[in-house]
Amino acid sequence: MALKYELKQKEVWDGNMAAAHALRQAQVDVVAAYPITPSTPIVQNYSQFLADGYVDGEFVMVESEHSAMSACVGAAAAGGRVATATSSQGYALMVEVLYQASGMRLPIVMTVVNRALASPLNIHGDHSDMYLGRDAGWIHLVANNPQEAYDLTLCAFRIGEDERVRLPVTTNQDGFLVSHTAQVVEPLQDEDAYKFVGEYKAKNPMLDTKNPVTYGAQTEEEWHFEHKANQHKALMESPKVVKEVFDEFEKLTGRKYNLVESYKIEDADVALVLMGSAYETAILAVDKAREEGIKVGLVMPRMFRPFPYNELAEKLKNVKAIAALDRSAPMGTTGALYNETAGALMANGYGDKIITNYIYGLGGRDTTVEHILEVIRETNENAKAGKRVTDLQGFINLRGPKLSFN
Amino acid sequence: MATPKEMLTTWDEVQFGAVLPAFEDPEHKKRSKFHSYNYTVADWRVEKPVFNRELCIDCDFCWVSCPDSCFLVEEVLNKRGKKQAKIVGINYNLCKGCAVCVEVCPTPIKSLLMFPEYMDNEEALKQWPKKD
Repeated sequence: MALKYELKQKEVWDGNMAAAHALRQAQVDVVAAYPITPSTPIVQNYSQFLADGYVDGEFVMVESEHSAMSACVGAAAAGGRVATATSSQGYALMVEVLYQASGMRLPIVMTVVNRALASPLNIHGDHSDMYLGRDAGWIHLVANNPQEAYDLTLCAFRIGEDERVRLPVTTNQDGFLVSHTAQVVEPLQDEDAYKFVGEYKAKNPMLDTKNPVTYGAQTEEEWHFEHKANQHKALMESPKVVKEVFDEFEKLTGRKYNLVESYKIEDADVALVLMGSAYETAILAVDKAREEGIKVGLVMPRMFRPFPYNELAEKLKNVKAIAALDRSAPMGTTGALYNETAGALMANGYGDKIITNYIYGLGGRDTTVEHILEVIRETNENAKAGKRVTDLQGFINLRGPKLSFN
Repeated sequence: MATPKEMLTTWDEVQFGAVLPAFEDPEHKKRSKFHSYNYTVADWRVEKPVFNRELCIDCDFCWVSCPDSCFLVEEVLNKRGKKQAKIVGINYNLCKGCAVCVEVCPTPIKSLLMFPEYMDNEEALKQWPKKD
C-alpha cells in the first residue's frame, strides 16, 4: 500500500511537479517513459515518489519514446491505468503509436510539456508538438499555469476513462514558462484526489486469459471506415463528459473550467484567441488596452481536440475583429487556431467577422504585455475600419524587417 | 474480400476499439464470429503450395509452421502402434500462399512446392523435380 504524501493546503510547485503529483494521486498502475526536456522532471519526480514508497505501480524504463508509448499501449490493453509524459521530439517519435492508442480506445493520460520541434534544435516552449498530435484521436487539454496542470491532469483520467469516452488524453503546458515556473498550487489531499479520479475499470483486458481478445486487428476497406467513424463519434461527443467532469471538479475545489475560457469578452469589439501561458499575459494586456479605451476581450479553447467550435463561435458572436494567435510555425498556411476560429465562425453564420493571424513565441521567444498590446491596437484598427486594413498574417517580436503575408 | 457479408456491421455496431473476442462464450469455448478460425485470407494468394504425398515423411513441420492452420491431418497409427498425425492435404480456403511450409519442408526433394495459382494440382505433381 502506497504511503500517504503529506501535502500542505498550499504548495509551491512548478508545472512538472504539479503534473507528477497528479499522476501519483491517480495511483497509476504503469508509467513507461523516456524522459525528455522540459518534461523530464515529471517522470523524474514520479520515479522518486515510487522509490520512496508513495506509488504502488510500475515504472518501465524503455529505449525510446516510440517504445514508451508502445509499452503504455500494452499496459493499457492489459487492463491497467497508464500514464506517461513527453515533449517535442519525443512526442514526434510517439506519433505512430498515438494513433494506435486512440484507435484501440485506451484511456492513457499523457502529460505533455510543449516544446518546439527541430530543426534547428530548441528546448523551449511552443505549440509545435501539440499541433503535431492534432489528428491522432486524443483529447488535448491546455493548462496555462501549474495549478491548471495539476487540476487538468486529475480531470484527464476521469474524462478519458469514462465509458462514454474511453479515449487517451493529453494535458498540455508550455515548456519552461509553466513547467519550470514555481507558483502556489492548492492540491487536493491524496484520498480526496483519488476519490475524484476513481477506481480504474478495465475494458476488454488482455490479462483476462479466460476470455482472450485480439488488439490491433487489421481492418481493410470494408471495415476501417466504420471503425474510424465510431471513434470520431466518441471524440465528438466527449465535450459533454468533459463538462460534467469540470462541473464536478468545481464542486470539489471551487475552481471552474470551461470548454472555452474567456476574459471580458461580453462587451468586446475586439477579441484575441490564443492558448497556453500567453493567455495570462494577454489578460494584463487586455486590462491596459481597456484603459486606452479599446473594448477588447480574450477567448481560449480549453481543449484543442475535440475543438469546441460552436462554443467558440458563441463567445465571438458580438465582436467585430478577431486576431488568432498561434504559437507554432504555420509552414505554408495560416495558423491552426486561425483556421479553427475562421471555420467555427463560418459554420455558425458569423462569416462577417474580420479575422487575422499572428505567429508568436516560437522556440520560447518572449511575448510580453507590450507585444500583445500592439496586436490589440492593430486589431482595433480593423474593427474601426469595418474591414481588414492590416496584413492577414503577422509575426510578433521577430527580429528584422517586418514580415507579413496577405 | 474475405469477410463474409453477414459479418459486416454498421459504424454504430462495430466492435469497440476493433478489439475482437475469441469466444462468444468463454466458459464453453464457443467461438465468436471474430475468431480467426472464421476468417480467411485465401484471396491474398498468388501462388499456391502443392503437397506431394509420395515424398512426405510426416514430420509435421508444415502443420506446426503454417500461420493459417491449413494442413489437413488424419490420425493414424505408426509402425510402433503410436498415434501420429498424417498430413493429407491443404485447405486452400485458408492458405494465403506465404510459402512458409515449403521453406520448412525437410525432405531431400521437397514434398511441398509453390506453383502458379491457375495450374491443376495433378499437372503440378507431374512437373515435380525427380532424383538425378
